[in-house]
Amino acid sequence: MTARIVMQQADITRALTRISHEILESNRGSSDLVLLGIPTRGVILARRLGLILDGIEPGAVSIGSLDVTMYRDDLAKNPTRAPSPTSIPSGGIDGKTVVLVDDVLFSGRTIRAALNAINDLGRPRAVRLAALVDRGHRELPIRADFVGKNLPSSLAERINVHLEEVDGTDEVTIE
Amino acid sequence: MRHLLSTKDLSRDEAVAILDIAEDMADVATREVKKLPALRGKTVVNLFFEDSTRTRISFEAAAKRLSADVINFSAKGSSVSKGESLKDTAQTLAAIGADAVVIRHHASGAPNVLAQSGWIDAGIVNAGDGTHEHPTQALLDAFTIRRRLHGHGARGKALDGVRVTIVGDILHSRVARSNVWLLTTLGAEVHLVAPATLVPLGIDGWPVTIGYDLDQAIAAQPDVIMMLRIQSERMHAAFFPTAREYSRQWGLDDERLAKLPDGSLVMHPGPMNRGLEISANAADSPRSTVLEQVANGVSIRMAVLYLLLAGGVS
Repeated sequence: MTARIVMQQADITRALTRISHEILESNRGSSDLVLLGIPTRGVILARRLGLILDGIEPGAVSIGSLDVTMYRDDLAKNPTRAPSPTSIPSGGIDGKTVVLVDDVLFSGRTIRAALNAINDLGRPRAVRLAALVDRGHRELPIRADFVGKNLPSSLAERINVHLEEVDGTDEVTIE
Repeated sequence: MRHLLSTKDLSRDEAVAILDIAEDMADVATREVKKLPALRGKTVVNLFFEDSTRTRISFEAAAKRLSADVINFSAKGSSVSKGESLKDTAQTLAAIGADAVVIRHHASGAPNVLAQSGWIDAGIVNAGDGTHEHPTQALLDAFTIRRRLHGHGARGKALDGVRVTIVGDILHSRVARSNVWLLTTLGAEVHLVAPATLVPLGIDGWPVTIGYDLDQAIAAQPDVIMMLRIQSERMHAAFFPTAREYSRQWGLDDERLAKLPDGSLVMHPGPMNRGLEISANAADSPRSTVLEQVANGVSIRMAVLYLLLAGGVS
């Protein structure tokens, strides 16, 4: 099956810029904001969002990464996955607004795992979710607060997010 | 990974991967909730036919931090002392539904027998068998060296070019054997120093250099010096004249400690015979990694149990 490009570099940048404004608007500024990316591409997106946020409203937006491997409910169904590092900004997450950042929002199970992982790390004031692509097919009552692009897809289709830092190119494809 | 029986079968990539996962596990110990749900619903049995405090507690802490259920089974005071065989014990554990068995046995090869017998379908972890191997100890030693050398940037790195000197009772030491295989796989250069009576037969085939003089070995400025325990419980013959004589020739005393290069590490797998193979000053000096080794042991065992139990059918 051939892959069709649905977002190009400019679209991704525009979507992230819009999400940044939405985050600032809903948080009433950048104070006490922590962006936690879910490895691998969520972490890159969180870093990019951090840069854009800093450009709009210079301030201390903390960026970290949150590995959810150990919290997945499908560990026993798949071959062993190697976890990625979790790094929480030095200020911790207690009392902060945590924005989880992921590339594709699909069944919602990764986010469920992330919410459990956050529970073990501290008690944020609020947790929000930002996803570059929402492809639907939720299996749990979870929704994103900030979405780059809604991409209704069939279960047989595959959504690939490529980012410059790891894939050498910026694009979202559907195949 | 199905079982962990020996460090000899580990490839360099596998060993580095275990150390990397242990880094993630070590992070958990710094968190508010020191627990992960990865092994919820799994049962780990600590089957100990030999006395041990730190290894058993370490495996127990590791399994509990991963949310597994732990059953501790000590041969003393159990049906084993009534004459029950390893086979019957294993089948009992299989009937209970053990997912992993951590076994320490006085007979070399007992974990291999358990893994290959078909008596039980669980993953087997060798926690020390006779004078054969103690793989998780070697992994935690490698992890400790790597962390001291590379700090938080240790992920993905091996131990290329690190010069490790292992001193003492090589003959009876499963720790030494496991370390020789693992450290050399990871690229370290291993030098063994021991009285000639405590050097095992067949050592010529090992990827190591051998010496008999500790002062000479220290003059060569090793990066790591690992002192082994004198295992009097396994010594059924006279291997050296007296403890005093051993201590004078092969013990890490204060004078030798002072001659070690500044950045070198002093390691000991414990329990230590202070004043025999290691002086109190050496054991308590900032170079000593003895307590770090214990802490790192939990992270390594978490990584091993995770690799053994978390994945499903591949």
